[in-house]
Amino acid sequence: MKLGVNGPHGSKQAYAYTGGKPFDPALPCVVFIHGAMHDHSGWTLLARWCAHHGHGVLAVNQPGHGRSEGPPLPSVEALADWTLALLAAAGVQQPATLVGHSMGTLIALEAAARAPERVARLVLMGSAYPMKVSDALLGTARDAPMKAIDMVNALSISTPASKPSYPGPGMWVHGSNRALMRNQQALSSKVNLFEHDFRLCDAYGGGAAAMAKVQCPTTLITGARDQMTPPKATKELAAALNARVVWVPAGHLMPAEAPDAVLAGLRGALGV
Amino acid sequence: MSGYSDPGFDTLALHAGAAPDPATGARAVPIHLSTSFVFESSEHAASLFNMERSGHVYSRISNPTNAVLEERVAALEGGSGAIAVASGQAALHLAISTIAGAGSHIVASSALYGGSHNLLHYTLRRFGIDTSFVKPGDIDGWRNAIRPNTKLLFGETLGNPGLDVLDIPTVSAIAHDAGLPLLVDSTFTTPWLMKPFEHGADLLYHSATKFLSGHGTVIGGVLVDSGRFDWDRSGRFPELSEPYAGFHGMVFSEESSVGGFLLRARREGLRDFGACMSPHSAWLILQGIETLPLRMERHVANTRKVVHFLAAQPMVRSVGYPELDGHPSQALAKKLLPRGCGSVFSFDLKGSRKQGVAFIEALKLFSHLANVGDCRSLVIHPASTTHFRMDDAALAQAGIGPGSIRLSIGLEDADDLIDDLKRALKAAERTAA
Repeated sequence: MKLGVNGPHGSKQAYAYTGGKPFDPALPCVVFIHGAMHDHSGWTLLARWCAHHGHGVLAVNQPGHGRSEGPPLPSVEALADWTLALLAAAGVQQPATLVGHSMGTLIALEAAARAPERVARLVLMGSAYPMKVSDALLGTARDAPMKAIDMVNALSISTPASKPSYPGPGMWVHGSNRALMRNQQALSSKVNLFEHDFRLCDAYGGGAAAMAKVQCPTTLITGARDQMTPPKATKELAAALNARVVWVPAGHLMPAEAPDAVLAGLRGALGV
Repeated sequence: MSGYSDPGFDTLALHAGAAPDPATGARAVPIHLSTSFVFESSEHAASLFNMERSGHVYSRISNPTNAVLEERVAALEGGSGAIAVASGQAALHLAISTIAGAGSHIVASSALYGGSHNLLHYTLRRFGIDTSFVKPGDIDGWRNAIRPNTKLLFGETLGNPGLDVLDIPTVSAIAHDAGLPLLVDSTFTTPWLMKPFEHGADLLYHSATKFLSGHGTVIGGVLVDSGRFDWDRSGRFPELSEPYAGFHGMVFSEESSVGGFLLRARREGLRDFGACMSPHSAWLILQGIETLPLRMERHVANTRKVVHFLAAQPMVRSVGYPELDGHPSQALAKKLLPRGCGSVFSFDLKGSRKQGVAFIEALKLFSHLANVGDCRSLVIHPASTTHFRMDDAALAQAGIGPGSIRLSIGLEDADDLIDDLKRALKAAERTAA
């Protein structure tokens, strides 16, 4: 669905996938927050499951990504405020579950710190703090973003045989993830979106303060073969957040690489 | 699969989409000859049907062995995914029927495999889908043939029968300017010779019967999506960008930003038309793909030797191979097909139909049959077989002479192939015109 969301650039049209059912703000709300260079379509299986099992679902496209109007917002903090504004625009009154992947975990964390009364629980997939990005990758992102996309794609996926394929049989996860990132880069004509998103991860410095303010239960879903946010980082995060950790047999792109294991982890977090 | 870049072509040809079987440890891809797959629970069943989970339900829609083939071909082509179907013709039909219907229009190259021409020119017209044919090199022709109801531009990477190289960068740019996708038949080139998505094509398919399987043992097709075409922005494809009542009101382009086309093709096309591939066929094609890089290299090396031999023979009027001087596609071939122009080509004997027949009948290694892309060398004489009802004038109109011979060069010793051709040329020469 489309809705107007107030942000630093005034009211802009935002898109949220609702899981194949009309969004009902009276239901327990699950918000899916994508990572760098992605959009809602990395969440569709989980979103459909939640929407058909008693939840109101908002799988957002961040500003300047996918179907949401730009420009991209300049910081994790701004995106956290935007996410909370989107919840208000959608009429969500009760505390929501925030589910993030990669960069989206930082946004979810910051939102939970800024408005603890509006967040029921956090589910963080492929997270680390700080989420530093190497100078080499940032340089490649600036000078040769298509090459940087290939690098990140190769690092994000741990197997040539992701079963069952996402979002359905016959899909080649490497190819579909690369196509998604290339399409996002091509659509963002005014901004080098790859460099923007990765610099945003690298620059976020509020994580320690945010973790201290988080009051809700937190689950970390971690890929045992994750090379982007390695398991060691997850352990540090788990200690700081007193979080439950679910290990899945996947790399960084775990919702696509191991959709069944990730669903099981999410169900555990939701208690359903 | 760790590092800073994806594996190379040869590695993907062996590993993409497959891992040791978790249940048995089998290293080779198992053949899952099962019509259907047990649900873990009623809730699991419902979630599979509702696309809340990925998985296999019924082998007309998907199958674990077929899925390995689909992922492997998608990987080799640089696509987002693929669908394996019963034949190359089924792949073409699935591509068209997913986005076109009665009242739709297609712009196609006139240099097509006869079966594709039949589908477009005769059969689909009966279902209300009209096609305009343009010569593949007529760039203005492509542009001018597009109508408000056009859904697709379509051509072969190497056109039939003259091996016209499709100018994919230019034709795809024309398509994209009009908000349309370009579909190519990539059968003759395979991803080892050319990856059409890197040049701008949006969809492609293979008759996997040919080089992908490579052994003349199986019929199959594979349809591949680049994941790059923006079906929403085009505004011409409500089939993908608006709710589909036939599948939970799903908007396929919303469901997957890069796989909407394949989702509809599988959830509607395979479900309703049912041209699925047998898992046994998928396994045979996978066996072939594992050696595709090795075979294609040898196919091309042998072909170059045969082409150069034939071009020097007094009994041969012309050889139609794009690497040769004088071929109209030579410049494009250098640009798009630097590894070679495949192993299927035609040449013209100086002489009559009778001499053409004598040539064919004198061959011992080349098999006289209607196929290409086998590991064995093949030959056909169109004037006495596929086009035997045509007089010489009609043959000329189709770009075929009375002495035209089509060869598909296999993997034998090139010297043996050349000896066979020498013998046949002498036989043709001895036969009175």
